[in-house]
Amino acid sequence: MDQNHAYTAYHPRWLRPHVSTYWWLEKPAYLAFILREGSCMFVAWFTVYLLLLLRAIQQGQAAYEAFLAWSAGPVIVLVNIVSFAFLIFHAITFFQAAPQAMVVHVGHRRLPARVLLAAHYAAWAAASIVVFWLLTGA
Amino acid sequence: MLFSAGGVVSAMLLPVLVLLFGVAFPLGLLDPPDYAQLSALLANPLTGLVMFSLCALSLFHWAHRFRHTLYDGLQIKHLNEVIAIVSYGAAVAGSTLAAYLLWQLS
Repeated sequence: MDQNHAYTAYHPRWLRPHVSTYWWLEKPAYLAFILREGSCMFVAWFTVYLLLLLRAIQQGQAAYEAFLAWSAGPVIVLVNIVSFAFLIFHAITFFQAAPQAMVVHVGHRRLPARVLLAAHYAAWAAASIVVFWLLTGA
Repeated sequence: MLFSAGGVVSAMLLPVLVLLFGVAFPLGLLDPPDYAQLSALLANPLTGLVMFSLCALSLFHWAHRFRHTLYDGLQIKHLNEVIAIVSYGAAVAGSTLAAYLLWQLS
């Protein structure tokens, strides 16, 4: 908006309440919202991390070992611990929203939200176990 | 659509991956897979497809959320087009890189 707009005497001012840039600090629910939205930054960070890992593997064994050494640096580990917390938060909040976005019918009856939620958690557990097993063989 | 698919895929797969590659392997709590094992795993077309989808969809999920958070949260409205181009552009670039790397590994 043009800040220097000259208002005439009889022109009504726009009713446009001022919202602070820090409005999300005002209530816990707002903060939870911004943390949930902020979790996307950690999704992006870890995807970049995965791309670096893929590139290292593509370049060969020495590059892979260099990546492992780099990943053990204290700053990287700290960032990844914070990322882990945010990714768990992301997963929980995303699954919570899923029953509202997904309407599944069995016959003529709508599947209750808790069933869908349970299905998401079960799939999450199964996917995690498969990845864990593939990468550690245990 | 890309946003929610990305949200679900990243929610299912990223926590375990960050726990292993970001925390457990670097701290020596678990032994990382050796090179031959890992490259064989990635050469499998199914793993490649899953990894590609994971990278691409996660990046589009980020692009969408990032753009809207800047728009609503920080009220940066005058830069809307620039932010959209930069975030979706980054997502496209990252997905292309993932496709290239996985192709090389297959």
